Amino acid sequence: CNLCRTPGLITVGALGRTDEEFDELCFEFGLELDEITSEKDIISKEKGEEKAKGASDVVLYKIDVPANRYDLLCLEGLVRGLQVFKERINLPKFEKIIPAEGEGQRLIVTEQTAQIRPHAVAAVLRNITFTKDRYDSFIDLQEKLHQNICRKRALVAIGTHDLDTITGPFTFTAKAPSEIKFKPLNQSKEYTASQIMDLYRTDSHLRHYLHLIENKPRYPVIYDSNGVVLSMPPIINGDHTKISLKTRNVFIECTGTDITKAKIVLDIMVTMFSEYCEKPFTVEAVEVVHPNGKTHIYPDMRQCRKNADYFTKPVNIVETPSSLAKLLTRMCLKSHVTGNGNHLEIEIPPTRADIIHACDIVEDAAIAYGYNNIQMVIPKTYTIANQLPLNKLTELLRLDLAAAGFTEALTFALCSQEDIADKLGTDISATNAVIIANPKTAEFQVARTTLLPGLLKTIAANRKMPLPLKLFEISDIVVKDPNADVGAKNYRHLCAIYYNKSPGFEIIHGLLDRVMQVLDVPPNEENGYTIKAAEGTAFFPGRCAEVFVKGQSVGKLGVVHPDVITKFELTMPCSVLEINIEPFV
Amino acid sequence: MAGGNQGTLRLLERLDQPGASGGLCSIQAAAELGVDHQTLVGAVKSLQALGEVIEAEARTATRWELSPEGEEVLRDGSPEVRLFRSLPEEGLPQGEAMKLPGGSLGFSKAMANKWVRLDKGAPGGPRVLRAVPSVQDTVQEHLGQVRTGGAQAVPERDRSELKRRKLLLEMTLKSYWIRKGSAFSTAVARPETELTPEMIATGSWRQLPFKPYNFSSLGLPPACGHLHPLLKVRSELRQIFLEMGFTEMRTDNFVESSFWNFDALFQPQQHPARDQHDTFFLLDPAEAPQLPPGYYNKVKKVHSQGGYGSQGYRYEWKVEEARKNLLRTHTTSASARALFQLARQKFTPVKYFSIDRVFRNESLDATHLAEFHQVEGVVADRGLTLGHLMGTLRQFFTKLGLILIPSGLKKWVEVGNSGVFRPELLLPMGLPENVTVIAWGLSLERPTMIKYGIKNIRELMGHRVNLQMVYDSPMCRLDV
Repeated sequence: CNLCRTPGLITVGALGRTDEEFDELCFEFGLELDEITSEKDIISKEKGEEKAKGASDVVLYKIDVPANRYDLLCLEGLVRGLQVFKERINLPKFEKIIPAEGEGQRLIVTEQTAQIRPHAVAAVLRNITFTKDRYDSFIDLQEKLHQNICRKRALVAIGTHDLDTITGPFTFTAKAPSEIKFKPLNQSKEYTASQIMDLYRTDSHLRHYLHLIENKPRYPVIYDSNGVVLSMPPIINGDHTKISLKTRNVFIECTGTDITKAKIVLDIMVTMFSEYCEKPFTVEAVEVVHPNGKTHIYPDMRQCRKNADYFTKPVNIVETPSSLAKLLTRMCLKSHVTGNGNHLEIEIPPTRADIIHACDIVEDAAIAYGYNNIQMVIPKTYTIANQLPLNKLTELLRLDLAAAGFTEALTFALCSQEDIADKLGTDISATNAVIIANPKTAEFQVARTTLLPGLLKTIAANRKMPLPLKLFEISDIVVKDPNADVGAKNYRHLCAIYYNKSPGFEIIHGLLDRVMQVLDVPPNEENGYTIKAAEGTAFFPGRCAEVFVKGQSVGKLGVVHPDVITKFELTMPCSVLEINIEPFV
Repeated sequence: MAGGNQGTLRLLERLDQPGASGGLCSIQAAAELGVDHQTLVGAVKSLQALGEVIEAEARTATRWELSPEGEEVLRDGSPEVRLFRSLPEEGLPQGEAMKLPGGSLGFSKAMANKWVRLDKGAPGGPRVLRAVPSVQDTVQEHLGQVRTGGAQAVPERDRSELKRRKLLLEMTLKSYWIRKGSAFSTAVARPETELTPEMIATGSWRQLPFKPYNFSSLGLPPACGHLHPLLKVRSELRQIFLEMGFTEMRTDNFVESSFWNFDALFQPQQHPARDQHDTFFLLDPAEAPQLPPGYYNKVKKVHSQGGYGSQGYRYEWKVEEARKNLLRTHTTSASARALFQLARQKFTPVKYFSIDRVFRNESLDATHLAEFHQVEGVVADRGLTLGHLMGTLRQFFTKLGLILIPSGLKKWVEVGNSGVFRPELLLPMGLPENVTVIAWGLSLERPTMIKYGIKNIRELMGHRVNLQMVYDSPMCRLDV
């Protein structure tokens, strides 16, 4: 989910509601009013009261917005959506104005961009009127889009410019860093692109984007016809084209590596803020000329129609097509009945890039209908339940082990390399362990190949408990296996430990006998189980045996090696049993 | 034991005598009954254990006793008197006088009492002579008084002197002042504590009184093993799913490919959840050797170009990205595998469930761990709707003891997620077009923490568990 922060007074003012009514309205609309706060509160919580002094205490609403609803990220879209939902206004009709041949703006893309940032789209908002609130919202929406759909500017970067300071046609190209020189936004002098990178290396905000182009031979850059730099995406705009409250005409460009997302971002920007144009909800198109000479007119302003008998059933709404059409229209999805009266045609506005399939309309239909009005029914699906044999065996064994006086532990499947190798006196290469590439701490370096370290660590954390400690765990270990489709495989292990003033091998041995007894495996060599003297680095020499079932080795038991005991910060002797239970399924 | 019973009985009889209505001192009673005081105290205690038969008030008394030396003096006289009486009229040289009964101690005491004198100028050396004609042995008399219980009659100064001379011992004695209780009866005798095989054999239990048990104390804990509380909840949830007719899915691969974990679920390759900082990727084995042939091409197509009524995400789908191995971030990957298997046969409706571990490369705190258990339910059938999903959820959560309140004013406590699987997920697998799949998931830890009142997840999962908590945790009945 994303958060939409909107000034409370304006929001409530626009909708004429109290905080409580607004909360309820959000809920009806499928959103959650997360918190009512203020800039001051936020800073005070994050950085302390001192820093919050002087910050605004204007009430802010923090609203949880579904991750792909970019149209609800700013006040404009949210209030518009809610007002249409409450039928206070009609849904806006967006209009793309294509200037006459030779009169519109053009953005020429050169082939140099192909290696670094191949896509660009652009549009113009004419005769817009900014106020302080509108301007702040305009800047804030760009930042929010940059953080989510733009994937921190990696996929798309937005640049907005005062069109009256520049002259088209514009050129989007890529140049060596030393050849680019301009005055970056809010700086007092010119820098080369290389110097700009150095300048922002310590900038708390911009330093996160430098890596996107830093090691490339050429950096992306947009010029006007007089060589004025508009921006060096995805890092910074030029100071020359800076927009202000007085700006009347805005040139918006989006460049990136993902054309689909660039189009969506541009559509969102223009549909949200064209509201403040002299002719509301109109946007002037820009022609983008590709290196191959082909041209495209942007913004895309994707409008599509869906034929929607698809979704009435999935919701379980008993509604006539015409009342359903009315419900969807309240969700900004203009709908009408077609054909013989049984079909709906739904217009998807350019604000709803999240709708890529008719099924995406289902949720809107459910919200408009009201989740509380949906009739709950139990599926008639008749099925016979089956347990997974391995899990059934595990459940039964757990009960028998507890009945035998052992207490169940539940340890992590991830651990340090040391836990499964060094501390058990073996080398990591001998463990066949799955290794994690990006652990944040040593606790998550590998997947365990044995349950023993987890049980030893459980005892170490419970040294104050009265002796003896008798623990067990039945859970999965993981080892590499080139024959498995993912290259690794789980095995279900049973591990038990006895920790006391004497090793109690006979107790652990007795537990093995008991386990075999409940598994109905007799103690004999041919069709039962036997134990034979063996070696193991984790075991005290001469006090280790291997368990064979029908001639197949399933695990080991023995007295734990004193070095292992010490390395796990323990002091008492102990005995363990660890076997694979999969052969018994 | 019989002696003990006898003691209590005699004490009760003594208490019942006319003169004892105001009570008895235990010391006095012991003397009268001719029993050791300790024995009598034992009788008092066992009678107290019976309830209100007697009242006994603890008292502390001081008693004077003769030391072994004191006993000697009582018998033979004090050393000074013995010396005086042995001294002849004419006296003796000092050296010889010291050898008389009483000796040097008697001499120094007699000197101090001015009963004898030392003539230093006598011919033949110093000579001890009587200084008074006769003496009285008050020491012996006093000891005699103490002996007969008349210590109080001996002046306190003399008692202290005798104590200093280690002839008398001051004893502190704990005693009881005993009175009849509200339930007094001479018929009460010391009850038996336990039934014995002999009593059963002889039938003597019919006549014997038995000591009552103290039912307010705890019993002895049984020597047993214990199941882990989280896994008890897991068993209960398995049971709930089985009761609802759900079949258990295979989940026995912690290692999963990005393909099954994300791509097959129609999650785009640039999705934030696929970031390094949310997911554990693997160094070894870094890539999945096999992706399902045929199917993976369909997944590629639906992502990059769309299809099945979807326009897709329209980006360049990379097989290298899909091969990247990770630790599964949800068990929905296992559900995808199960549905893919289902699609390979003639379709029959199914209800599936799983409960197993999932992994997140998250920052750890009181409610987040790098690994936890996910509970997942899936129903695939023709014509399922959102109403079916909500009906199934209500049924499931009611069994969990959590009531869903579908009210516009009350927010649902978020315990999990639910939804209808997208056609872009189902149709590439080859499931029939009219089949809908509804699914929901929640963590096992959340309801467990609510059930057992655990605030910190680290006390529940992992080696830092408090074993006492495991020993003490109640059974799991979620619907109670």
